[in-house]
Amino acid sequence: MLIKKASDIPSSEITPQSAYMNRRSFISGAAALGAGLAALGGEMVKPSEVVRASAKLTTVKSQFSTTEPETPFKDITNYNNFYEFSTDKYGPADLARNFRTRPWKVKVGGAVAQKKTYEVEDLMKLAPLEERIYRMRCVEGWSMVIPWVGFSLSTLINQVQPTSKAKYVKFTTLMDMTQFPGQRSQVLDWPYTEGLRMDEAMHPLTLLTFGLYGETLPNQDGAPVRIVVPWKYGFKSIKSIVSIDFVGSEPATAWNTAAPNEYGFYSNVNPNVDHPRWSQATERRIGEFFKRKTLMFNGYGDQVASLYNGMDLKKYF
Amino acid sequence: MPRRWIVVLKIIVWALCLSPVSWLAWKATHDLLGANPLSEITLSTGHWTLYLLLITLAISPLRKITHLNWLIRFRRLIGLFAFFYGCLHLMTYLWFDKFFDVHEIVKDIYKRPFITAGMTAWLLMFPLALTSTGASIRKLGGKRWQMLHRLIYASAIAGVVHFWWLVKRDLTRPEIMAAILTGLLAFRIVDRFVTLGPSRPALMSSKQAKEVEASGVSPG
Repeated sequence: MLIKKASDIPSSEITPQSAYMNRRSFISGAAALGAGLAALGGEMVKPSEVVRASAKLTTVKSQFSTTEPETPFKDITNYNNFYEFSTDKYGPADLARNFRTRPWKVKVGGAVAQKKTYEVEDLMKLAPLEERIYRMRCVEGWSMVIPWVGFSLSTLINQVQPTSKAKYVKFTTLMDMTQFPGQRSQVLDWPYTEGLRMDEAMHPLTLLTFGLYGETLPNQDGAPVRIVVPWKYGFKSIKSIVSIDFVGSEPATAWNTAAPNEYGFYSNVNPNVDHPRWSQATERRIGEFFKRKTLMFNGYGDQVASLYNGMDLKKYF
Repeated sequence: MPRRWIVVLKIIVWALCLSPVSWLAWKATHDLLGANPLSEITLSTGHWTLYLLLITLAISPLRKITHLNWLIRFRRLIGLFAFFYGCLHLMTYLWFDKFFDVHEIVKDIYKRPFITAGMTAWLLMFPLALTSTGASIRKLGGKRWQMLHRLIYASAIAGVVHFWWLVKRDLTRPEIMAAILTGLLAFRIVDRFVTLGPSRPALMSSKQAKEVEASGVSPG
């Protein structure tokens, strides 16, 4: 079978979005009907098996990928900390099913020469998509190996040309209580915000992420666009981003605001600095029985340790 | 309540108390415990320890309100199941989390307040389980036995504190448990205050005392 590359497809062959959306609602309607009939027939259909709007992405390999075995897709898409949907890790997979990721705009502003609002489709085309297999270490003490798809955030930053006033980058997640039931509770200060120092944001490992396992991001994993910063605890890798701002001082971030003594601005993975309530020396890799030792900077020390030369990492945790 | 009914109810209570662990075992063997099964087992056994502790503590107030004295016959059974789940919970921690590394465990208990609280809760339950037999009541004498079994209050408080301190952000569940526990303890304080009026009646009728001894239970 001949598989055409994206660039080979003439625009006349591309399905208009309205037709696509109609087809989607037809499919989900049919799926619901099918599920209903199956239930009547006594057959169980798991919600996670219902058809989803995912699209294949063409990727190139990356030198930054680890060769460790990848965590199964089922675990990456059913065990999620995404408080906008639910504080229960098994909740987002279902609750995110109807999350609308198109149309989606990302506003890039603040101290930049080229302020611009991108449609997510255009943002994806800024550079060739790479598959980056990264370790992900959650602050709660578990970890995964995830094949993300995206390109270095620095590509976007270079395009918008930050001015000399830009010292930090602030990211903001969508605020929409109708789609994010979790935003009705006060568990965090919504919308979720995160931040990186300029040099951290420019680091090639920092990934502007659009996909997972070679397809567009599942909704519960932060669709349609998120950041992945593999040497920091998972919560720094903000999901479903709607704005990126270049600012002069350290921005307020969601978890740091919620509990400043427990979650620092930097939140670099560090086995020597415990969470005030639990140890960070070990982690459970999802799928493994024994715990493994947590590595400094989640094993990315060779690439990123120099960013923190001379900094007291106990103080700037 | 006729003896036969008590037997039937006891069988039902046994089955109900064993259902959470059976459900866990079934899910474990059918790969239904999710991405992080060991964490799931730890959480579930912890939750059931607390639920059963609260149910144990609810029996005396319920008996006082409803005058259904036979309720007391279930207190020891449910209390011991609380201890059973507490042991499973402790075991998952010692095994799956620490892999029986004594040095690490001791350090953890010393360093982490929520572990200290959880360990305290279990240690306070331990002597109650040991002295849960009718023979222990006779050996210790009713008064002393009752005093000893008041440790259940401290154990439940430590258990809820343990849960409260470990939760990352969403405190809804520990808050609900704390509210229920406060209610159950407040009932006892108010009840005692009312009962200790000038014309103090006997705390227990001799029939009640017999029932208590027959079932070997902790104090109200």
